[in-house]
Amino acid sequence: MNIVNQLQRQFIDFSTSLHREGFVDDQFTQLQKLQDENSPDFVVEVVSLFFEDCEKLINNMARALEQTQGVDFKQVDASVHQLKGSSSSIGAMRVKNACISFRSFCEAQNREGCLRCLQQVTHEYSLLKNKLQTLFTLEQQILAAGGSIPVVD
Amino acid sequence: MAAQGRHGGQESNKMTALVVDDNTVNRMIHHRLLDNLGIENVAVVNGKEAVDIHCSGKTFDLILMDMDMPVMNGIEATRQLREMGIRSMIAGVSTRSMEREIREFIEAGLDDYQEKPLTMSKLISIVHKING
Repeated sequence: MNIVNQLQRQFIDFSTSLHREGFVDDQFTQLQKLQDENSPDFVVEVVSLFFEDCEKLINNMARALEQTQGVDFKQVDASVHQLKGSSSSIGAMRVKNACISFRSFCEAQNREGCLRCLQQVTHEYSLLKNKLQTLFTLEQQILAAGGSIPVVD
Repeated sequence: MAAQGRHGGQESNKMTALVVDDNTVNRMIHHRLLDNLGIENVAVVNGKEAVDIHCSGKTFDLILMDMDMPVMNGIEATRQLREMGIRSMIAGVSTRSMEREIREFIEAGLDDYQEKPLTMSKLISIVHKING
């Protein structure tokens, strides 16, 4: 098996594991299908935008939850709602699910619960970031070796 | 509730669309989906901007309207656009799942409603309604 085939095999296995472990769902596959010669970097661009958005929203949530005079749960919920929307749109299933639990604690105005959820969301975001960076690196390696990126349905 | 497809008065025969969504990631994805279908599109970030862009004289064949937005939400924006006499196809896109909320959105004047996330097949079904 030559180097391109090896890399492609690695890519397929890695992609499959991302889906199987729930890091991404079908919506992510949809985004990969939107990428073409006119927008060859679409997935990387939208994922980067998502991670920028994530960081900003997580900071907002952390700041709002730190308020000792009284937490504005509506503000926290607004950020979680945004993050849930973005994560759903790019197929970041585990981040999205973490947001769903988070919203219940916002509604219940449970600060401790919210802090735990914030930790969970932050954790899932870091995991996903690493996983997708690995995926993109594999793609680059395949392209550099002269191969094409397999479509994993 | 069939919408009359109208070209925006531009020289080209391309279909035109307005994306109304406060979320940057969604705007980027909707832009890409529309681009892939050859639909010229612009994006605004809330319902008020959607109303304002129409007040400035622009019209679109299709409006993709998010529900939850600051300043003015999708329900209010849809109502106002219809009151202004805008007959473009307005497709509501939202993550809301409660029937009551969806009904309120539809009754504001939507021609179609799709649950987020928007996919190519959902967008194609919306576009077919304009042409069909």
